[in-house]
This record gives sequence, C-alpha cells and structure tokens, in this order.
Amino acid sequence: MMDTRAVNQRTKPAANPPERSRAAGAVTARTGVGDRFSSWTNHHREMWRESWARFFASPMSSGMTALVIAIALALPAALQLGLTNFQKAVAGWDGQPQISVFLHKRARENAVQSFADDLRGDPLVAGVTYISPEQALAEFQQSSGLGDALLGMDSNPLPAVLLVRPRGSDTTSLETLATRLRDSAMTDSVVLDMAWVQRLAQLTELGQRMSMGLALLLALGVLLVVVNSIRLHIENRRDEILVVKLVGATDAFVRRPFLYTGLVYGLVGGLIAWLLVSGGVWLLAGPISGLANLYGSGFRLDGPGFTYLIGLAGGAALLGLTGAWLAVARHISVIQPR
Amino acid sequence: MIQFDNVNKRYESGQDALGRVSLEIDRAEMVFLTGHSGAGKSTLLKLLTAIERPTRGNIIVGGQNLNRLRNSQIPYYRRNLGIVFQNHQLLFDRSVFDNVALPLSVSGCSRREVGRRARAALDKVGLLHKEKQNPIVLSGGEQQRVGIARAVVNKPALLVADEPTGNLDPKLSEEIMGLFRQFNAVGTTVLIASHDLELIARMRQRVLTLQQGQLIYDGYPSREPAY
Repeated sequence: MMDTRAVNQRTKPAANPPERSRAAGAVTARTGVGDRFSSWTNHHREMWRESWARFFASPMSSGMTALVIAIALALPAALQLGLTNFQKAVAGWDGQPQISVFLHKRARENAVQSFADDLRGDPLVAGVTYISPEQALAEFQQSSGLGDALLGMDSNPLPAVLLVRPRGSDTTSLETLATRLRDSAMTDSVVLDMAWVQRLAQLTELGQRMSMGLALLLALGVLLVVVNSIRLHIENRRDEILVVKLVGATDAFVRRPFLYTGLVYGLVGGLIAWLLVSGGVWLLAGPISGLANLYGSGFRLDGPGFTYLIGLAGGAALLGLTGAWLAVARHISVIQPR
Repeated sequence: MIQFDNVNKRYESGQDALGRVSLEIDRAEMVFLTGHSGAGKSTLLKLLTAIERPTRGNIIVGGQNLNRLRNSQIPYYRRNLGIVFQNHQLLFDRSVFDNVALPLSVSGCSRREVGRRARAALDKVGLLHKEKQNPIVLSGGEQQRVGIARAVVNKPALLVADEPTGNLDPKLSEEIMGLFRQFNAVGTTVLIASHDLELIARMRQRVLTLQQGQLIYDGYPSREPAY
C-alpha cells in the first residue's frame, strides 16, 4: 500500500487549519486486521447471499444450467446406485462358491456321515450340508413338477449329495479341495461351480468401471457447462468489473461473486440430481419388489440415501467451484481498464 | 505529490503518446491538464492511475514509484486515488448509495463505516436525498456528482478527473468545478484533464498543456495566455 503517512507528515505545512489536517490524515486511516477479517467474512456472506439472489433473479437460465448439471450427474449416480443394488441382490451367493459332491449310489449312510464329519474338520471347509437321496427326491419333485415321472420308477435314481462351502474363495485352495474330494472313494463326481461367480464378479467390475468412466466424462461435461455459464456472467458484468478494479478491488474481490455463483450452480445441480435419482427409484421400486416377490426374494430397492445427497451436492458444488475458477482465471484478468 | 521524471509512453502500435514529460505537482495543489485530443492527456492520466505503465522514466506518486508497483499492489495504490470519469462509469444495477459505497466495500470497511462515509460524501455533493434512487434516473450533472462522491468517499490524497464536465452545460460545469475546489481547499491534490479553456481560465489555477505528447506550457493563464 502507498505509504502516504510519512509524506503527509513531512509536507504538511505547520499552519494547517484543522479541517485540512483531518482530510489529509484520513488518507492514512487504515483498517485494522480484525476489521479487515470481519469485512472479509462479511463480503463472503454477502456474495453467498447475492449469488442465490442472482440465481433466482433469472430462474429460467440458471434453472436450465442447473438442470444440465443435474442430468449429467444423475446418470452416473443412478448407474452406481443400480450396481450397489445389484450387488445387494446377489449378496449371499456372491464370492461364496459351493462345491457339490455327488456320492456313489452304493455308499452307505453312516460312511457318508463320517465322511461329512471328516470334511467338517478340514481347515479348508467352512460348512457341509448333507442331502440324502430321499431329500433330494422330495426337493426335485417339489421344484421340477416332474414328480409323477419319478413315481413310475421303482427306485430313487438320485444320489446323496454333500454341499461343501469352502472357507476361502481363491482358485488354488478351491482346486486343492476339489481334487481332495474327487480322490475320495465315495465320490462319484465333483462339481465346482465357480464360473458363474467369476462371471458375476467380472460383470460387476465392468459395470463399476463403466460407471466410473461415465462419471468422469460427465463431470468434465459439468465443468464445461459451468465454465461457459460463468464466462457469460463475467461478460455480462464487464462494466462492473472495470469499475471495481478502478476503485481498487483486488483480483480476489472481483473473483469472489463468480466463484460463489459456480458453487451455487453446482449445489443446485447436485440437489436436483439427487431428486432425479430418488424419483427414478420411486418409479422402479414397485415393479422391482413385485419381480423380487415372483422370484421368492425379499429384495427391496435401496434409494439414494443421505450419503448420496451429501456426495452429489458436495461433489457438484466442488465441480461448480472448479469450473468457476477455470472461467475466472481465464477471463477476469483479461478485463482491465483501458 | 506527483512527480513525472522524463516519462515516455510508447504504445505497442509504435505511437509515442508521451515523450519525455517531466512535471511536479505539490500536495494540495489544483492543476488543470489541457491539450487537444490525442495530445496525451488520457495517457498521462492512465499512467497516473496505473492503468498503463510508462515505457521509460519514473512516476512517483505520494512517495511511491509506480514502476516498482507490482500488479498485485495496484488495487491498494488505487484506493488512495479518487478517479472521476467523463462518462461517470456509474453502475445502473444498484442505487446511488451503493455506487458511492463501492470503493469502501472494496477496501473492506465495516458496514457502519460504509454507511457513514458514503452518506457524508453524498451530502457533500448535495445528493443525500437521492441515495436510494437508481443513478439512471438522475440528470447528467447529478450523475457526475455521484461519480465525484464515489471518487472522494475514500478521502483520497489525490483526485484525478478526466473531462469531468465534458457533457455538461456551463452552469453545471461551474458547479462541478466548485466541488473540486472545495475538496482542494481541504487538502486534496486535484488534477483535472479538460479542454474547456474558458472554464479553466476562470478557475485561475495552474495549467499544464500537452501537445503531441510534449509538455508545452506550465503556468497560470490568468497571468499569461495559455497559447
């Protein structure tokens, strides 16, 4: 800051009238640090209020910008939510492959039981379920509707089955266990059904990555939308920027309203995005629970909860702020008094 | 207060707007800057307000060498400067009061202080009763007075005016000049660029005349003719 105090002291004529020295003295009236800080926070508060006022002063254009942001964010958010729900729906099976051990028809019941007990003691095994031929038959009759066909047979064609749940899910330990089960004298065949588990995991991973990529791409889109809107704001307020720069506004002061405007765009966009996703869930919840009932599952669609609200609003606000920064950094320094 | 030492300004187009201008203006002086359009008046004011930087030479204002002013310091330098524009540069999206208060909120005054000083400045130019109006409904003379109130609201040591009476009739011009004289009387250094020679003559103040970027006259026209 210009140090006029010293100059004042030096050049002030001795016979100054009191009026005169007051005016000269006022030049050097500095605001204290505390005052400065409170005026700084005041300006922030003011800009926060003003950017909301500006947002609602032109509801059409601001609303459209916010809606574009909202749609761009709702897409990846909905995809992510869908994936989370899908994972929840398949939870219970996923990652827990099951080994079905079909035993020889001639294996005696008590030998099978002791084999099952042995397996239960195996460190690689988490649990064993024994299904006797009779149980298997009953289950088959119930679920296949082919009961009558089986009634015509004089003996039960189904073997006893041991359902082995392995402790680990890594391929090598599963293969070791499967080989050991296969080697048992009582075993007819071993079915290690891992392929679908792997497929499911891969599909989920694919979905995750796609939603990630989409989110990145659309976040970039949001950024560009904000940059463009803020650029227009800056153009519209060009005269004001010139005047405040001439009366001594720092760059930070000039930037502030635009940064808040970007923040408000993002925040509103994020809130609308959350509403869009919630609306989508509300629309789909009925049919999905109906579908789940038909499959005998109690699955219910999870809505975007509080975490989504915070995540979407916060993330969008951050994007808005970043976009505004980019716009401001590019366009405000160009506007200089001529 | 103001010292120009061999100041040269050459624009990128290669045109010399000011060539080797040296001058000195004391604290609490009132000085008129005159000359035909294109003589370098605006350039001189732009150098003084740190809108442009000199190509060569030093400009010292209030003990501060403007060449040594970093870009980030310019806002703080301008806060000690009152600038009055020919087209007053008022903002029509806010009230007269808010226009005048702008330099205060920019420099971070408390709200109470802003109210007090902005009203004092408006009172000084006789427009306190119009503080709530939009400047667009005011007459040209009133708008210029609002512009002056905004320029002096920070109590600057130096008041710079670029053709402040350019669009006003003689009576209003006289009024505006009266205001400048009042500020000068309380110790503010006033530099007014104008081509209204008749008005300048009546003011009986020091006159600087520029011609093709050269300072060709520096004196009191009441005692000797300017041309």
